[in-house]
Formats: sequence, C-alpha cells, structure tokens
Amino acid sequence: MADKNNLIVYCEFEDGKVADVSLELLTKGRQLADKLGIKLEAVVAGDNLKDIEKQIFPYGVDTVYKVEDKKLYPYTSLPHSSILINLFKEIEPRIAFMGATSIGRDLGPRVSSALHSGLTADCTSLEIGDYTDAKTGKEYKDLLYQIRPAFGGNIVATIVNPDCRPQMATVREGVMKKEVKNSNYVGKVVDLDVNKYTDPTDYVVDIIDRHVEKSKVNLKGSPIIVAGGYGVGSKENFELLQKLADTLGGELGASRAAVDAGWIDHDRQIGQTGVTVRPKLYIACGISGQIQHIAGMQDSSLIISINDDPDAPINTIADIVITGKMEDVVPKLIKYYKKNSK
Amino acid sequence: MSLNIIVLAKQVPDTRNVGKDAMKEDGTVNRAALPAIFNPEDLNALEQALKLKEMYPGTKVTILTMGPARAAEIVREGLYRGADDGVVLSDRAFAGSDTLATSYALSAAIKKLGQYDLILGGRQAIDGDTAQVGPQVAEKLKLPQVTYAEDIIKAENGKVTVKRRIESGVETVEAPYPIVITVNGSAEECRPRNAKAVMKYKKAAVPSEVAADEEKKAFVEARPYLQIGEWTANTVEADLAQCGLAGSPTKVKGIENVVFTAKEARKIENTDEALEDLIVELIGNHTIG
Repeated sequence: MADKNNLIVYCEFEDGKVADVSLELLTKGRQLADKLGIKLEAVVAGDNLKDIEKQIFPYGVDTVYKVEDKKLYPYTSLPHSSILINLFKEIEPRIAFMGATSIGRDLGPRVSSALHSGLTADCTSLEIGDYTDAKTGKEYKDLLYQIRPAFGGNIVATIVNPDCRPQMATVREGVMKKEVKNSNYVGKVVDLDVNKYTDPTDYVVDIIDRHVEKSKVNLKGSPIIVAGGYGVGSKENFELLQKLADTLGGELGASRAAVDAGWIDHDRQIGQTGVTVRPKLYIACGISGQIQHIAGMQDSSLIISINDDPDAPINTIADIVITGKMEDVVPKLIKYYKKNSK
Repeated sequence: MSLNIIVLAKQVPDTRNVGKDAMKEDGTVNRAALPAIFNPEDLNALEQALKLKEMYPGTKVTILTMGPARAAEIVREGLYRGADDGVVLSDRAFAGSDTLATSYALSAAIKKLGQYDLILGGRQAIDGDTAQVGPQVAEKLKLPQVTYAEDIIKAENGKVTVKRRIESGVETVEAPYPIVITVNGSAEECRPRNAKAVMKYKKAAVPSEVAADEEKKAFVEARPYLQIGEWTANTVEADLAQCGLAGSPTKVKGIENVVFTAKEARKIENTDEALEDLIVELIGNHTIG
C-alpha cells in the first residue's frame, strides 16, 4: 500500500450520499494532482459504506480508503482523527483537504497537531506555486498556495507549508466547483481494518441524542438573493429586505457585520465564513463590500448595489449602482415590481 | 463537587468595526487603529464556566490568555465578571506563532497550571476565524474534545454533558473530563461586569504593568488577589523550537489588499422613473419575474 506522496481528500457523507463539499474538493484535488503529476485519493470512514466509492471514482479518484464500522457513525473526533493520523503516517500524503464543516473543522486541527503539519482554514483559493524563504533563501518548488481572506476579511493572505507534510487545508461548501471528470473512471478500493487504525480509548465520547435539523434557509439554491449589510442599520430594516426578497421570490442574505450586529441569523451569512453563492441576481443593500463578503458572492451573474455611500468598495464589482438610502429605494422596487409583473 | 476550569481567552482587534484607517499604505494591518476587545466567543465560554461555578460551589475559574502584557485587560475583564484568577502568557518567543505554535504554548501553560477538569474556549477568534486552537490544544494535552458547544448541561462524576450546535442539527454528547470544549456564539451571552468585582479587581495587574511605579507595585505586592500571573516561555518550560515562528509550520507567503477589477457599473438614479425603468428591464430580460 505504500503509494505515497499523493493528494487525499477526507470525504463526508450523510444518508449514504457523499457531501457536495467533498466532491468539490475532489474536483479541485484532481486538477492540482494533474498539475503535480500525482494521484488523487479519498478516505471515507463510517457505517454503511457499501458502494460509496461509486460516487467518488467519477471525480477521477485513483484510490479510495474505506474504514467501515458501526462505531464510526455518527462522527466523533477521536476515532476519525486516529484513522487519519495513522493512515497519513503510512501513506505520507503531500496534500490533504477536508471540508470546512463542523466535522472538518473539528478533525483537521487535531490531525495537523498530531502530525505537526500546517493547516489553513476556510481557503477561498488553492493553487500550486514556488516559494523562497526570505530568511534562509531556500527555494521550494510546487508548494500548495493556501489563499484566504484574513483579519476579518480585510486582506487576502497566501499561506504555505514549506517543510511539513501533508499540506492541509479546509474549504467551505460552494467555494470550489463540482465537476465529474469521467463517469467511467474506476480506481481501486483499499479496505482498512478499524481496529488497526483506532484505539479502544478513542471511543470515550458518546452521542446520547441527535436531532437532524435541516436548515430552512436555501441561499445556495436561490436564483435571486437580497442581502443586507451593516448599512441596513436595524432589524426592522431587515424586515423590509425580507419583503423585497419575498416579492421577487428570492432568499434573504446578509454580510457578517449584520450578523454580528444581531439583526439576522448567522445561517444567512454570505461570505468566506458563511455561504458562497452564485445567483442570477444579487441585490446588495447597505453592504460596504469587505473582501470576506465579496469572496462569497462575486460570481453572481448580475450585482445591484444599493448604498448611500457612492464610494462603497462593493460598487467596484457591481453591475448596477443605485446611490441612495435602502429604506428609500427598496419600497420603490417592491412597488414597481408589483405594478409591472404579470 | 467543585471543578477547576480554565478559560482560554484572546484579546483581538475588533475587526467588525474596521474604519478606513485600518490598513496602512503598504497593505499591512494598522493594529493601533483597531480597538482591542475580548474575543466574543471566548466570552460565551466564560459564561459557561461561570454558570458551572454557580452549579458547583467551590469551582475555580482561571483565565489564560496569550499576548502582550496589555492582554492583562482580558484577565481583568474576566475577574470583573466572576472569574477567580488569571494568567497572561507573554514572551517575545511567542511572536509570529501560527495556530499550532499557539496551541503548543497554551498547552505548556495549562500543564503548568496543573489542575483542570474543563478547558473552555470560544469556537474561534474573530481575527483569524480558524477554530483550530481548541482542538490543537486538546491534541497536545492528549485530551478528548467537544467543539461547537452551545450549552454545558452538567459536569458530574467525571462526565460532562454537552449540547452541540452543528450544521446538521443538534447533538447531545457525554464525555469524560478532563476535556477541551469550544463554545459557539449561539450559546448564552456572558453576564455583565459585577460592580463589587470591579471595585475589588480594578487594580489587579501583571508585574510588568506596575514595575515602573513603586507605589502601585507595593500595593499589588501586598495583595495576592490582585496579582495576575505573567508567564514566559521559560516559566512554562516551553521548548523554544516549538514556539513562535520557528514552531509554526505555516508561513505567510504574502499579504495583499485585493483590488477588484472595477467593472463599468451602470448608475441608476434614485428616482421613481429610473427605478421603475430598471424593474421593467429586469422583468423583460427574465432576471426577475
């Protein structure tokens, strides 16, 4: 099994379906692996994994490591960490990805700490490139560039892990594109014995109750999004935006500043640390346009910015700019939509 | 049955209220222009600790923070709200730490503190949003971890019961302690300062804050409860190779202010006529409707 130095993705799944974020990472992983001339691998741990590789292979995966056991589902930190730590020691991956989900963000840091490897959270872009250490002058070829907004999203940082392996990164759902490479692609399956990769002392956390609550908010799937930022100013004004969203048949979203201000639930947050969206129409109201927000909506087909500051940074990426108070503009949009539709 | 609880807290620049002077011309962050605050989710963690202190009298809550000496503000803030003690871990050797080197330093300090049942912290800090330090501290101490906690329901007979808020819903878990638990912003808000505690602790200080003032120094030295610990890498017997830049596997290759390629935006007047025309156009080209 000593097939080393490849790129591996930890795949999550629920109800027998591999998570979109994992498939998106496999897509990105395949591109980077091709660039580096290495293999793409996946690891999946849990219960009822029969045929799960059939969902994974089409993304161009060469090897799927499977660890199947009742004890591994639902996810708990220690056994899944042990599996990755022990497997990574064996196959020494060059790069490892996981989703920036409540599982990936629990698992990744623990694994990186045990292996003393660097991990970058919530990357918005992953590339391959060279690096020269400014101090030692040492040159490194083909490192993973882990690119993410930092410092509350006011700057963008490129992070590298020159000396430690694997180079690890997490990415949120929706940031990368999901694309089947070849629906007939078939790799090999390697079944791993759970008892070899986990220790009985790993099973100390018991899940005594679990309620699956699907989020009622569907930002990702909505073709029209009306989003509000700090400039919206109040909870009441968000109700006005909700009205516009309802009128147009869209979803209501928000920037982080509005979420932090407590005007709207965090599951409506759009941006690097929220949801990434690509709607047909994005109406940004009172959003200044920090990088952290723009990272999550810049691929929208049409962006309308409504802001009383004509120099708001978001206006530079908007297609249509309306300078004015949202309290003033939004009711007019609702009125004229009602008048002219049908 | 009382508990020993350590709350990991970080002083962070308030990135939520970034003004125009927050960035220097060279694209680096102008920290001086940003107010320093108690990381919001660490306050949620503190509240959980204080709630447990009420449930289990005799419980001791210790704040541990890493940063420059002025991070003593964080310890004082914790004392004002009900914590019992605090330590500032401060050393130039820690400068440039990534999450892993930070976790190493914190874990060394926790070992030095010695007694702990629960180690609590916020899920993540607003200046980095990585959520990595909690799980990494747990790994360094070989302890189990529970992340995304919304409510620590009880901690009795060596077992802690925690409600977690995760993407897929809500989970209640039972785990043995000692353990590391990171707390979500959706957990209960931290109680406000207590006026009596403010009176009691307002002169609490780390040695370096009072070193230059003989009078203050003598005042603090005569009152052990005002003495906030100030520990260096040496105090916690940290291996310097694992601290700061040297102990950080991740390196920052570059930082940039992103300049978006400006599109030629169409400007629409905020008038009834122009807005109606826009709506008609969007309906006409099937963007809406």
